[in-house]
Amino acid sequence: MPKPAIEIKNVTKIFQGHTGHPVTALDHVSLTIEDNEFFTLLGPSGCGKTTLLRLIAGFEYPTQGEIVLFGDSIRGLPPQQRPVNTVFQHYALFPHMTVAENVGFPLKMQGQRPDEMTRTAARMLDLVKMADFGDRMPDQLSGGQQQRVALARALAPQPKVLLLDEPLSALDLKLRQEMRVELKNLQRQTGITFVFVTHDQVEALTMSDRIAVMSMGRLQQEGTPIAIYEQPVNRFVADFIGETNFIQSTIAGIENSGARCTIGPGTTLGTGATADKGKGDAVTLAIRPEKIRLVKSDGAADGLQGRVAECIYTGTDTNYQVELENSDVRLVVRGRNAITGETLFKVGETVVLNVAEGAARILAD
Amino acid sequence: MRLLQSTQMRRVLGLGPALGIIGFFMVVPIAIIIVFSFMKSNPYGGVNPEFSLEAYKQFLFERNLMDELVFNAAYLRIFGRSFLLAIGTTALCLLIGFPTAYYMSRQPARRKNLMVFLVTIPFWTNLLIRAYCWILLLRDTGIINNYLIKWGIIDEPLTMLYTNFAIFLGLVYTHIPFMVLPIYARVEKLDFNLLEAAHDLYASRQQLMRHVILPLAAPGIIAGSLLVFVPCLGDFIIPNLLGGGKHLMIGSLIQLQFGGSRNWPFGSAAALILMSFVLIAMMIYVWGPGRKMKPEGDA
Ligand SMILES: Nc1ncnc2c1ncn2[C@@H]1O[C@H](COP(=O)(O)OP(=O)(O)O)[C@@H](O)[C@H]1O
Ligand SMILES: [Mg+2]
Repeated sequence: MPKPAIEIKNVTKIFQGHTGHPVTALDHVSLTIEDNEFFTLLGPSGCGKTTLLRLIAGFEYPTQGEIVLFGDSIRGLPPQQRPVNTVFQHYALFPHMTVAENVGFPLKMQGQRPDEMTRTAARMLDLVKMADFGDRMPDQLSGGQQQRVALARALAPQPKVLLLDEPLSALDLKLRQEMRVELKNLQRQTGITFVFVTHDQVEALTMSDRIAVMSMGRLQQEGTPIAIYEQPVNRFVADFIGETNFIQSTIAGIENSGARCTIGPGTTLGTGATADKGKGDAVTLAIRPEKIRLVKSDGAADGLQGRVAECIYTGTDTNYQVELENSDVRLVVRGRNAITGETLFKVGETVVLNVAEGAARILAD
Repeated sequence: MRLLQSTQMRRVLGLGPALGIIGFFMVVPIAIIIVFSFMKSNPYGGVNPEFSLEAYKQFLFERNLMDELVFNAAYLRIFGRSFLLAIGTTALCLLIGFPTAYYMSRQPARRKNLMVFLVTIPFWTNLLIRAYCWILLLRDTGIINNYLIKWGIIDEPLTMLYTNFAIFLGLVYTHIPFMVLPIYARVEKLDFNLLEAAHDLYASRQQLMRHVILPLAAPGIIAGSLLVFVPCLGDFIIPNLLGGGKHLMIGSLIQLQFGGSRNWPFGSAAALILMSFVLIAMMIYVWGPGRKMKPEGDA
């Protein structure tokens, strides 16, 4: 059994703010990051992602708890003694050094021989497709190029873990999409554990092996992108990642694999696992818009009936707002558009909503 | 074409007042001094309008009784002493000023501003008054000696006033803000992320200082060194007051030529020689390492 790359053990970080009010940036966070993993910390701004990264890098020390790196506690070790490198959000390239000198910097600090250093730096620049830029100064590079140099510099000393703090947020969309693929490839090629911080759920879902969702200094959920998307444990995760319909309801009865919930007078919905709730409990249901299929109603069909209240065209899809019959619930339903490009339903049409098996989830809180 | 001419015109017109002031208050006096330095001195002050190289000869030679030129190193020695003192002052100012400026720059914003304010406080009081305060401190019956004797550390007063030590102390004291402020202006802008990045990339504290902070602070260090070195070289108030005029400096020498000695051409020549040294120092600044901001590679 290989040792995990990083174990965050019950870590709490409290800052003494300028005003004297203590700020709890991390609140009893426990996480395990495996070796060779592309691990993403995802959460809204201010949720403590950067703080956690800085604790791993050694710029800050935990108020409580412990961080273990490949089985060894790194308590009290300064950053220069941790086999961990950071790609900073604003790159932090040394303005007085050429690109090649920047990449060679960590090697020089480690006392590598100059010729060996030059070779490693060249190889790293090659890896990030910046081989021809070694003699430039950082201020002669575009943002995307600086980003690559920062990557090469952090990878040059072959760290065991690479920390990336929102490295793509300063790039424009096109470049960002390109860099996502490249970062992922780079991680596979080097086999280095990447801990990637972002507030962008798409970035997290597309790049990660596993994701930890954070909010207000607390870990909300940890799992693969599919698990996080398909089985959000609470309202925050369901809301933050992707789009979700939330429905307040009560459990009408327990069935073999789930529950039946009342969502309006005489209207019920079958759900997935009950999350330890019983008959009569008030619960919140979550349904993704693409898990519901609309069918033209001939008036007599059974199932959930509704009326299209609004159509929002988004290119490949249309988001329909559907008012349920016998209920004041409004659901967003995503439907593919016809091959000819037309939306399949019009405002005012009555429709039947087919909810996929287990698509409605009862949230834990 | 016409547009070009009109913008050029406007530029010249816009710069006009500045050029006028610089021309009038700098170029004209320097021209006068150059002219004076090639004339004969008038024992009653001023110059006799006759061409002569006497002033420049006097710098290196003196006339003996037979009216022959003999090498005389006295003035060279004065220049040498002034240079040593200016270099020493600059070095000590740097040694004290850099850590001070760096420390100031790492404080929270409000503390920083307070500290800059404190550094500028000496400028509120006239230099002469501050120099006299040092006399009160340093003289044989001064405050320092009194206390040292009172506490039984020494029996006899230490001679501090009117020594090279006093001049040195006075020069460092008066010039240190000129070192601190430019370095502070530079390191205050230093991106804190760069320092963290350097540590993250395995730099120890010493390596961080040597490979990141010092090279980035270099323009401030050079500017500060010039601002200390140049005025030190020509200073005459501190050498006169704290050195008692016993140890002649370039500044005192020049002042003397226009005053008591009434040798304006020699004073002018000495001033020009001093100025050419300053110009060389400035040129090193303009074309020197500060420009490229690239540290030397150490193989
Ligand atoms: N040095 C600090 N001093 C005081 N508060 C801080 C400090 N660093 C971060 N915080 C606070 O900790 C919380 C988490 O910050 P951060 O980790 O930067 O969030 P994120 O990176 O997820 O946006 C924020 O409320 C922030 O204001
Ligand atoms: Mg952040």
